[in-house]
Amino acid sequence: MELKKIVQDLRVTEVNRLNKRHVVLELLAPEKFPLILPGQFVQARVEDSPSTFLRRPFSIHSVDYKKNTLRLLIQIKGPGTRHLSELQTGDHLNLIYPLGNSFSLPFTKDVLLVGGGCGVAPLLFMAQFLSQHNIRPTILLGFRTSEEVSEIETYSAFGKVLVMTDDGTEGEKGLVVDHSVFQRERLEFKKIYCCGPDAMMKAVAKIARMHKTDCEVSLENTMACGFGVCLCCITPTDKGNERVCVEGPVFNIKRLPWR
Amino acid sequence: MPDLSVHIAGMHFKNPVTTASGTFGYGDEFLDFIDLERLGGIFVKAVTGKNRDGNTYPRMAETSSGMLNSVGLQNKGVDHFCREIYPRIKNFNTHIIVNVSGSTIEEYAEVAGRINELEKIPAIELNISCPNVKLGGMAFGTVPAMAAEVTAAVRKVYKKVLMVKLSPNVTSITDLAKAAVDGGADVITLINTLLGMAIDAERRRPVLSTITGGLSGPAIKPIALRMVWQVHKAVRVPIIGLGGIMNSTDAIEFMLAGASAVQVGTANFIDPAISVKIVDGIASYMERHKIKEVSELVGALRTEL
Repeated sequence: MELKKIVQDLRVTEVNRLNKRHVVLELLAPEKFPLILPGQFVQARVEDSPSTFLRRPFSIHSVDYKKNTLRLLIQIKGPGTRHLSELQTGDHLNLIYPLGNSFSLPFTKDVLLVGGGCGVAPLLFMAQFLSQHNIRPTILLGFRTSEEVSEIETYSAFGKVLVMTDDGTEGEKGLVVDHSVFQRERLEFKKIYCCGPDAMMKAVAKIARMHKTDCEVSLENTMACGFGVCLCCITPTDKGNERVCVEGPVFNIKRLPWR
Repeated sequence: MPDLSVHIAGMHFKNPVTTASGTFGYGDEFLDFIDLERLGGIFVKAVTGKNRDGNTYPRMAETSSGMLNSVGLQNKGVDHFCREIYPRIKNFNTHIIVNVSGSTIEEYAEVAGRINELEKIPAIELNISCPNVKLGGMAFGTVPAMAAEVTAAVRKVYKKVLMVKLSPNVTSITDLAKAAVDGGADVITLINTLLGMAIDAERRRPVLSTITGGLSGPAIKPIALRMVWQVHKAVRVPIIGLGGIMNSTDAIEFMLAGASAVQVGTANFIDPAISVKIVDGIASYMERHKIKEVSELVGALRTEL
């Protein structure tokens, strides 16, 4: 399904600093939202910065159709994301959205969402979407350390949350693939949705393949345009080089040459 | 209302604003953002003889006031273009111009010959300036004799307006422009991207899979302006100028330097509606300066002391 894309100034209505590296922005649209699906992303314009020439892509963290607001989870990585993290309530942010494809609706109720780092962003929206379809997923979230563990209550409204930290300061210790849910002989999930660093997604995909469990991942490649014309963000798939921004960001692992 | 129309090699353009190949897809990707009818023309993504997968990821690096790319002419080949894409875009109410590329003179001529049969395509832009392919591309655009030879070979099979897009990666741009005109070019477009490079010092690795790539964006505008100016003085054919145009003032600068029309490229990535905003901006500049016809701006730079 191709959804209509718009370019629009949205007003910052809330800035929630989760920790040193992460900020959640709530943005109010000037008119009624188009249909937006979980897994889709925005391209945010960074104004007045020569070092940040291009827009920055962010997965949509959640959508409130009643209030006409959406949220973005921003991890501070460089000058562009730092600039965005310093926006104040009342500022405007120009977005192109909604972009890309979306996670598919599962054929089962036994659903696991797995995210790590800022890759947790689209999973909240997906959990919200699943709850509208009477599915309560298990949500496994990986963080570096307890200080970065955040928004757990928000996720908990839509499913059972499991936490993992690299240093073991909260939840189980290690990488998300080391979590006890993956250590059982039979995996209790029939569908996995995953977003996070490449290595994490590849490790989750490996487990999914081992258990013959259907799995979708949301890729994050460097992009220039975000709407399919620059051909910079490609990834190899079973159909050759495909654009992460249009044919993705969500791909079923069956289509990726990950072994 | 000022008259924005321009005539280039017998073609009538409703205004001098077009979009650069490789930054505008096949045009239909922009239908959500702009009315394509408002543009002077669209230069669609490069077409080659056979399917090309392009280079491996990563293909892009952001730089100060610009970006590097090494896409490598990814496209599905001329058959696919004629069969699948042409029917989809042929009825857009603006000029659709096809960027033609290849690895050999035969491939350029083959593709140009096929495009010549497409009724609704009034012109091609010969791409002898892509820095991101191993064979052909820029190799034809950096040696004057080769530029003349490939242009002449295409001229034999292509009967409509022939534009040749030059590479800035040369010592003397005017030598290349003259060679293209000698080969039979009706129009010169310039500049393509500048060969550049980006390095990730932490990893001690190049950012691009191809190590080097093509630089575009406002970082290259002063070079592009200089080259348009030099070529304007050196040849008699019309010029279509591009290189870092981000707004209508930039576009007007290219026209003052000698371009009859402009292409908007990398700016489309940042604001997909920028091309039509540039049309509006040129109109308001003309009103402000009491200019009736946009062609009055072409080469109108005042250089007397």
